[in-house]
Amino acid sequence: MTMKHILAATVSVVAIAIAGTVALAAGQYGPGASDKEIKIGNTIPYSGPASAYGAIGKGDAAYFAMINDHGGVNGRKINFISRDDGYSPPKTVEQVRKLVEEDNVLALFNTLGTPPNTAIQGYLNDNKVPQLFVSTGADKWNDPKNHPWTMGYNPSYRVEARIYGRYILKNIPDAKIAVLYQNDDFGKDYLAGLKDALGDKADKMIVMTKSYETTDPTVDSQVVALQGSGANVMITAATPKWAAQSIRKVGELGWKPTHFVTNVSVSVGTVLTPAGLDKSVGLITSAYVKDPTDAQWKDSKDFQDWTAWMKKYYPDGNLADANIAYAYGASATMVQVLKQCGDNLTRDNVMKQAANLKNFAVPMVLPGITISTGPDDYAPFKQMQLAKFDGHNWKVFGDLISGGNGS
Amino acid sequence: MTERATTMPPAIAEIRIAGLSETTWRRIGIVALIAFGIALPFLVSKYQSFQFTLAMIYAVALLGLNILTGYNGQISLGHGAFFAVGAYTAAILMHRFGVPFWATLPAAAVICFILGVLFGLPALRLEGLYLALVTLALALAVPQILKYFEGWTGGQQGINLIKPKPPEWTGIDKDRWLYYLVFIVMLIMFRLAANLLRGRTGRALIAIRDHPISASAMGIDTARYKTLAFGTSALFTGIAGAMSAIVIGYVSPEGFGPFLSISFLVGSAVGGIATIGGPLVGGLFVQFIPNFANDISDAAPWAIYGACMLICMYTVPEGAIGYLGPRLGRLLRRFASSSS
Repeated sequence: MTMKHILAATVSVVAIAIAGTVALAAGQYGPGASDKEIKIGNTIPYSGPASAYGAIGKGDAAYFAMINDHGGVNGRKINFISRDDGYSPPKTVEQVRKLVEEDNVLALFNTLGTPPNTAIQGYLNDNKVPQLFVSTGADKWNDPKNHPWTMGYNPSYRVEARIYGRYILKNIPDAKIAVLYQNDDFGKDYLAGLKDALGDKADKMIVMTKSYETTDPTVDSQVVALQGSGANVMITAATPKWAAQSIRKVGELGWKPTHFVTNVSVSVGTVLTPAGLDKSVGLITSAYVKDPTDAQWKDSKDFQDWTAWMKKYYPDGNLADANIAYAYGASATMVQVLKQCGDNLTRDNVMKQAANLKNFAVPMVLPGITISTGPDDYAPFKQMQLAKFDGHNWKVFGDLISGGNGS
Repeated sequence: MTERATTMPPAIAEIRIAGLSETTWRRIGIVALIAFGIALPFLVSKYQSFQFTLAMIYAVALLGLNILTGYNGQISLGHGAFFAVGAYTAAILMHRFGVPFWATLPAAAVICFILGVLFGLPALRLEGLYLALVTLALALAVPQILKYFEGWTGGQQGINLIKPKPPEWTGIDKDRWLYYLVFIVMLIMFRLAANLLRGRTGRALIAIRDHPISASAMGIDTARYKTLAFGTSALFTGIAGAMSAIVIGYVSPEGFGPFLSISFLVGSAVGGIATIGGPLVGGLFVQFIPNFANDISDAAPWAIYGACMLICMYTVPEGAIGYLGPRLGRLLRRFASSSS
């Protein structure tokens, strides 16, 4: 062998070795990911009766647009494909199949609504496609054993009820609790959460529960019966129309319980004003997203970032819409997961990193609340803060309270 | 009138094209369509097979609506309700009682037939606009009623179903398997409808639609036929509903809103009212036009949908098959007379 040959051999060996490392650095990719982009899919009702939630999808898209303008995630642009499902589960199934089978998205993100998400959960888990940070308050998304590819986001109704229960145990030890709840999964999650928190005291402390159907014209008789039980704490786990009736009736009866209202029904415009603002003073609810209309946040950095972002990327959006503040935080969480993935953008790793969030501070969420997840913990938010209505606005007060399972 | 009636049939029977009668040509056409239907899943992706499966399901639902609205002239804005009842019958039987999926179709048929007949009784007293309003009320009420019987229906959360798996020997995937199952059911349903509508019953239904008074004067039991039309119509749509539950693998009240009923009526008008082939085209419209509209405009998909509907109704008011059918026949006949 001549010197020339040896040299050539050495060069080629080195070249192969370099090529090998380059290939490794270029990363591992699942469907929808490459050196240039990451495809993320979503369904949301842009049309139909639930189309007010469309603002969340538009907010998500606007957030990713901002990230892309700043160079994307680890040099890759996010290609966010959001489709309209009109809140109709059969349509969601079809759209999600299109996203997975034709658009080849890496993961689904922030799909909205309990029925639509229930409809696609089986399909996505069978096909091992991440269904991340679903936009619903049901309790069932935190189930890594049976559905390892589905992860929740919103604090569930049950978590919220546990928070009320814990506050009551600590601050109103002699409480006699009356509960008005909607007779469906939503209302029953509240009862379950309250019982979780009160533990063996539940039977003694809860003096009466009354349910209503969404077909009932009023809940007046239920409220009268609940007052008759002698309770000094009232919990209204009702959707807006009936929550307004409940608040109004409690006021009319001159009953002065400590009154907790689910944060589903705390809109000043659609619930408290019809119920009567004077009758709403002193109501307690819980929150985790910053209310964009609350003046106390206007100097905080994330609020200012949010407003600037709204002006540039979502100028049509309503600056008072808490849904957009929510979308901003949820998208930031998704971006955090993708950052953690580094160059390993497989579906396996996306799920692994989603279950590996450590005290991530989500923008536009109340100060101090962070999210953490783990292989056995698919419920990102566990803390909330209580807020009291002062006749004009909701004011947060007290410490953060954990609504996680166990004490 | 009488002269036409006596002279026309032999004239039609005599027409032969390339040595084959019109009926034979029609049969060849149907066989070609069936062959195309069999080949289709292997020409398109799994996802598209799934979409065509849904289109066939809608076609069966529209066929049901067509019996009532097209042939019998009773307008229903509430067929989504029968679709929902069929879907929930299948879901509850499979989920709670472990009934095999194929056995839920006859059950859905029976239940929807009974419901349809019961609903048809009061409907006898209502005509046109009033019947449309009452059936619309049915469409509005059903999603809420489903939530009310939560113990059975799973309320808002709905019912998750396990999709049937194809047997080993077929060697095909789940989507294509379901496609063929639905395809076979659809063929049976179209055959049944054709037999029903091309015979005595069909003539009676049409007579009632066109001239209720002369129909009853001729001895047609108007009340009986109208109620039966309602029942049969609900039966077809109910079977379609049951198949949709099996194919989608999930039912919940949100899937059966009033818009479903309206899109059924739109689909059957676009396809061709009072035609047997119309529902096929209508099913494709119901399935694909909303997607098409969405692809064109995210902001205003329903405006595009509306525009598509207007174009269809403006250019072919009698519906696709209502327009093409007679023209195709005339064309064939002209071809026959010029070549002979």
